[in-house]
Amino acid sequence: MDALMLARIQFASTTLFHFIFVPLSIGLALLIAIMQTMYVFKKEEIYLKMTKFWSIFFLINFAIGVVTGIFQEFQFGMNWSTYSRFVGDIFGAPLALEALLAFFLEATFIGLWVFGRDKLPEKIHLACIWLVSIGTMLSAFWIMAANSFMHNPVGFVLQNGRAEMNDFLALLSNEKLWVAFPHTVLGSFATGAFFIIGVSAWYIFRKRDVDFFKRSMNIALVVGLLSGLGIAFTGHSQATYLMHAQPMKMAAAEGLWEDSGDPAAWTVVTSIDVENKTSSNRIDIPYLLSYLAYGKFSGKVEGMNTLQEKYVLQYGDGNYVPPVKTTFWSFRIMAGTGGVLIVLSAFGLLLSFRKKLETSTKYLKFMVPAIFLPFIGNSFGWIMSEIGRQPWVVNGLMKTADAVSPNVSAGKVLFSLITFSTIYLILGLVMVYLFIRVIKQGPHEKVKEDVSTSDPFETGEMQHATK
Amino acid sequence: MLLSELWFLLIGVLFVGFMFLEGFDFGVGMSTRFLAKNDLDRRMLIQTIGPTWAANEVWLVTAVGAMFAAFPHWYATLLSGYYMPVIVLLLALIARGVSFEFRDRVESERWVKTWDWSIFIGSIFPPFILGLTFASLIKGLPIDADMNMYAGFFDIVNTYTVVGGLTFVALSYLHGLTFISLKTVGTLRTRARKEAQKWYAITGGLVFWFIILTVFYTEAFSAKGPILIPLYILVGILYGALMLLLRNKKEGFSFTVTGIILIMITASFFIALFPNVMISSLDVAHNITIYEAVSGDYSLRIMTIVAATMIPVVLGYTFWTYYVFRKRVSKKENLNY
Repeated sequence: MDALMLARIQFASTTLFHFIFVPLSIGLALLIAIMQTMYVFKKEEIYLKMTKFWSIFFLINFAIGVVTGIFQEFQFGMNWSTYSRFVGDIFGAPLALEALLAFFLEATFIGLWVFGRDKLPEKIHLACIWLVSIGTMLSAFWIMAANSFMHNPVGFVLQNGRAEMNDFLALLSNEKLWVAFPHTVLGSFATGAFFIIGVSAWYIFRKRDVDFFKRSMNIALVVGLLSGLGIAFTGHSQATYLMHAQPMKMAAAEGLWEDSGDPAAWTVVTSIDVENKTSSNRIDIPYLLSYLAYGKFSGKVEGMNTLQEKYVLQYGDGNYVPPVKTTFWSFRIMAGTGGVLIVLSAFGLLLSFRKKLETSTKYLKFMVPAIFLPFIGNSFGWIMSEIGRQPWVVNGLMKTADAVSPNVSAGKVLFSLITFSTIYLILGLVMVYLFIRVIKQGPHEKVKEDVSTSDPFETGEMQHATK
Repeated sequence: MLLSELWFLLIGVLFVGFMFLEGFDFGVGMSTRFLAKNDLDRRMLIQTIGPTWAANEVWLVTAVGAMFAAFPHWYATLLSGYYMPVIVLLLALIARGVSFEFRDRVESERWVKTWDWSIFIGSIFPPFILGLTFASLIKGLPIDADMNMYAGFFDIVNTYTVVGGLTFVALSYLHGLTFISLKTVGTLRTRARKEAQKWYAITGGLVFWFIILTVFYTEAFSAKGPILIPLYILVGILYGALMLLLRNKKEGFSFTVTGIILIMITASFFIALFPNVMISSLDVAHNITIYEAVSGDYSLRIMTIVAATMIPVVLGYTFWTYYVFRKRVSKKENLNY
């Protein structure tokens, strides 16, 4: 394999891996902040216990999210130096601002929150976790601002052979950013919520600490339902955005080769034949694609063949069709998990409202594997968005194939691919191992013995040191 | 001053700040093997940096982010050219970062030992790689007319750069030891001070050797002598004073002095580099200056405004954090680790 292919594999794998931890961090930070707020204002010990228990998962997960994020910042320069030279001016700015405005906030206040429990007044300690939560969201905002530029380049001018920034506000008000950021953050809230719901369900099913986990679950169910609904709403705005900004991605997501009829039907499943550029055996829902695309029940959608011809005229010879099957199925997996999230959290709330949660063993059992649903949705949403953008790295400006570092050999990329995959695999396994241990142990704090025992040499040591 | 020069200065300050702050964190990481005698020692040592090491590391992340935004060519040439060292640096930072979080999660000796080694290795490699990188930056690297670096192993790893790397490792350790004697009580505090006296000669020897080699291997002195010579003389004077401070148990002053020495040595690289960001060993014409590597003026202006507004806020809560955790770590308090 050549350096380009390896660099692509490395980018995809390291980003997907990083994106397992980030949404869970964002979601858990919010839920823990809510729990601690309830403790501070309701003064019930159980909420403090809740804060402490769920924060164990949060901290382990957060640590992995942070360290895998460092590589993300470096790999643009390492593997994609041509890209970095071309867009650094406008793409690097949000990354730098993320570090200055979000990372410092997160890293500082998480230290204050973890180590300052006994050193800070209660309300200031509470403010710390909220600042961490805000920091995680701000971080997502700046990364999405950078990413949105790749999908919908705005606020720049081509000069000196580079894309130079000429309108910062355009970068911040990028339409893509404002459909993608809420969608991603709400997806993250759902990820945190479903994690807590699933773990709680496991305990309630086993009749362990039922009161503790019922309360945890109720908070998470509310957050889960609200974010699920938000995901659907913002997902719809993504589709209408795609129609005018990235129609090729939309067409690929529909497996639509020829232009659709008017009104356009939404395809549930179809078999896609990339070689002959046809899709057969379609199962359609009439009107729905028109509605997704335009918010009304009429209007036709352009197919990939039409768009390909247009792009050849506009950008010259080349294949402008992204990997259709991946885009098509990723979209369906993402949207499907989103729908299931809403149903499951609504059903859970209904059970809880009717006080039937404890006896609904089937539901409880099902919610344990359902922990993985948001992760699947997040990953496939990201795959759909980024694969559907190919062959472009910056839509209409630079192709992925032209973005790679010219001075980095395939051997080097392969070496880093292997080392990072290995260490990431270890991190993943350690996290699963630790999570299972914490779950088995339950929400009872462990006390380190040698801390509380008195040390007969303590006073002697003090004198010795001050001599 | 041009905005490009201001941003070169700012990135320099970020790297200098990183070496000062994370320098003692790395030193504490090294001390978990060299100084600690048992697990409780190790836990207390890690506790001294527990609340702040993560934020200190953000200085590096911000420096590299600012490089990307303000000097895309610097960022691209450096990271693609230093491919292998950067991988080692990142793996070390990853291993170190998770180990602090993982080490006390399972009560098993093997588990704790594994992550302790990971902390140690993760603390010793980053200063080494950074010293290596800074030294080879001012020595010059094979950079062609297209700003691409094609460096072989010995372009990056040679006597001069290895001494540069070792100097940073030794300085970080010494800085960590003065930090520990400032932040702990009891035998740990005494031992840290004694260990600092023990390492004093070795570290001083490395710094001296490195400065001598800089004269022979780089153009730094012929170009920036009037600034560098007084700077290095000051380093020498401070280093001499450090012995007295260590002997007289002036812990605060000792820590300040090891910090200033790290700051000055790191700053000297940026002074030597200016007005280049990369020096080509192939042809002077291929040197990349800050004026060639820089972003557009508009982008720099926006970032200057944001930085000018936000840096005081960031510094404000950073200082407050150190104030909150100003007390020495003792066995009496609840250790998080």
